[in-house]
Amino acid sequence: MLTRLLRVALTGLAITAVSSAPALAQQKTSIKIGFVTFLSGPASGPFGVPAKLAAEGIVESLNAGKGPAPYQIKGIGGLPVELVVIDEAGGATKQVSEYRTLVQRQDVDVVIGYIGSGDCLAIAPVAEELKKLTVFFDCGTPRIFEEGSYKYVFRTRPHATMDAVAATMYLLDNRPAVKRVSGINQNYAYGQDSWNDFEATIKAMKPGVEIVTSQMPKFGAGQYGSEISALIASNPDVIHSSLWGGDLEAFMLQAQPRDIFKKSQLVLVAGEPYLHRLPGKIPDGTIVGARGTNGVFAPDSALKRWLVATYKAKSGGLDPNYPAYSVAQAILGVKAAWEKAAAKKIGSATPMGAAKNVKEEMEKAYAPPTQEEVIAAFERNVFDSPSGKVHMNLGKGHQAVMGTAYGSTRFENGVVKVGSIKYYDADRVTPPEGVSSLDWIKSGFKRTK
Amino acid sequence: MRIDRNSIAVVLVGVVLLALGPVLPSWAVSLLNVALCYGTVVLGMMLLMRTGIVSFGHGLYYCLGAYAAGLLDHFGKMPDMLLMVGAGAVTAGLVAAVLGLLLAKYRDIFFAMLSLAFSMILYGLLVKTASLGSTDGFNVAAKTVGGIVIAEDSVRIVVYSLAVVFATLSAFLLHQYLASHQGRLAGAIKDNELRVEYMGASVKAAVHRNYVISAVLAGIGGALMAVNIGHIDPEMTYWPQSGEFVFVAILSGTGSVFAPLGGALVFEAIRSFAYEYSPNTWQMVLGITMLLVMIFLPGGLWSLFTRKRGA
Repeated sequence: MLTRLLRVALTGLAITAVSSAPALAQQKTSIKIGFVTFLSGPASGPFGVPAKLAAEGIVESLNAGKGPAPYQIKGIGGLPVELVVIDEAGGATKQVSEYRTLVQRQDVDVVIGYIGSGDCLAIAPVAEELKKLTVFFDCGTPRIFEEGSYKYVFRTRPHATMDAVAATMYLLDNRPAVKRVSGINQNYAYGQDSWNDFEATIKAMKPGVEIVTSQMPKFGAGQYGSEISALIASNPDVIHSSLWGGDLEAFMLQAQPRDIFKKSQLVLVAGEPYLHRLPGKIPDGTIVGARGTNGVFAPDSALKRWLVATYKAKSGGLDPNYPAYSVAQAILGVKAAWEKAAAKKIGSATPMGAAKNVKEEMEKAYAPPTQEEVIAAFERNVFDSPSGKVHMNLGKGHQAVMGTAYGSTRFENGVVKVGSIKYYDADRVTPPEGVSSLDWIKSGFKRTK
Repeated sequence: MRIDRNSIAVVLVGVVLLALGPVLPSWAVSLLNVALCYGTVVLGMMLLMRTGIVSFGHGLYYCLGAYAAGLLDHFGKMPDMLLMVGAGAVTAGLVAAVLGLLLAKYRDIFFAMLSLAFSMILYGLLVKTASLGSTDGFNVAAKTVGGIVIAEDSVRIVVYSLAVVFATLSAFLLHQYLASHQGRLAGAIKDNELRVEYMGASVKAAVHRNYVISAVLAGIGGALMAVNIGHIDPEMTYWPQSGEFVFVAILSGTGSVFAPLGGALVFEAIRSFAYEYSPNTWQMVLGITMLLVMIFLPGGLWSLFTRKRGA
């Protein structure tokens, strides 16, 4: 048995040794992006698969050179983009293993991905260890750049604090007399954070409000009978909710017949993507957000029309939801940084005729930028996206900042429309550098330390 | 202590794995590392299965081990890897010693469900604890080993080597235990508890002891995994995680202490390549593997090594 074991071990060693022989250094012919998103589990339907469709559509369009200005260059920096898609399901432990696989076995140039905040928190230090440019496209927790500082990690969407702050501003603008506040949020990190931010914000902006109840059903509960009873019994002016996906749909279907929304104003901070699924079930005047100026809140532009057309072609006629906008932001963010780095290289190359090794110098200048050069160009970059201009201003230039918007629903001719849209500048809804979100809210939204 | 062929083989495999560390490509080292952490937990599952009981809640001890290690770093500011693994083992062992008083009375589905219930209680507690990051968890990093600071560029190899040492040591000691008088009771209990009692041995004490040992192994595995992955969250005690341990234990077979470690490696390798080559259907690949093993190798993968000798 001993010899057999040894033989197995040696065979394994031989296989790995052969398969890991270092590839010869070659001229770069494509850019390989590892793309991680939920392909299974509860988050795959509303977030993961739309994100994947958007990524595939965008990459195909960019590779064909069909991107609108300023993204007309083919692929990224002229090189075609290749996507390697990985499922985000399975928890942070598996995701860290798979991240190592993407970087070390698949040898991708960039990793774009992660919807779960826990996955982002776990991946960030590993990205730093493996020194691989990694862009988070959708996770929301402010903890990533508030608790850590990273060189190789970027997040091209704003963090979740602004959802609560802007929702409160919009609410108080429309209903200044609010007194009794309640909430229903899922009992997991995002639901808890969302409620805590909202509670802290409304207490800071309107002292004297009373929190009458906070319901925390478990994630994926599906039945909300007792929570709805508790909400009705507490007689709130406002119901705050960050429910999403099947949970939100189930809650709306169960709550609406009980007339709870006749008396209480409903605020759905992440409700916008579900409106088309709930025609007639969303009471008029419900305050909805899309976690940024995404979807109906995105101002009209060539980039937005391009994303909508690309996504519709890929999904069989559906409008892109906010994860699709986030994906566009991440891919275009990398493209913008890459091409900025390439242009800088060419711009600073020795002028023709002035040097001895003209050919070598020019070859060097026109070679794809190194990862370090891309990162330098990415930091504090400003680039265009389908949801507007993105400023990489927080987290020492690694965390995107954008304004956001909220609106109220109106049921018209069989579809739910969003009207009375108000935009909020990034400065009003995002903490300044170096201040944690909760401290900023409690400090009364000070712009300086 | 009995030094038989298998004990020597365990040590030899450990030495080979240690030597492979600097040679193998880094992705293979991280694959092996995860497999070793997993394998250590599954060693404990194997002991329970040999005793004739299946725990659907071993994620409890895996998670306790990881959180004990994580809290040493997070609040204790003592990120020493040896201390962390020690804390994981002790915490898991203590909790198991208490819960075992109740659990040792139950068998079959009742044992499985009760152990599942305890693991889900911990899950519920952790999800409600916002100061530990709720479902997002928090990051963990080991900075020293026995007081010696780990150089930044050698973290991976140190973490891997210690995983090899702990897994090998666990396998070696478990092998010794299984060959001892007390350890041999496991199979007897599985066959006929009444006879064991008539022989003069206490079934309850033996089940309790084996339960605590398996929990300590899960605690060590959890602490090693926490340091290896660098992040912990309540998912570690969620029921699919416990189910996965049962899955790997069945896949491996209970024939030898090599089985859980080898089975964990096979499982991790299949999962990793399935993620890569069939991102939409990786769960199906694992399911089909399980079905094939159950149909053609009811004794687990380990029966590949034993069957030929008998034939």
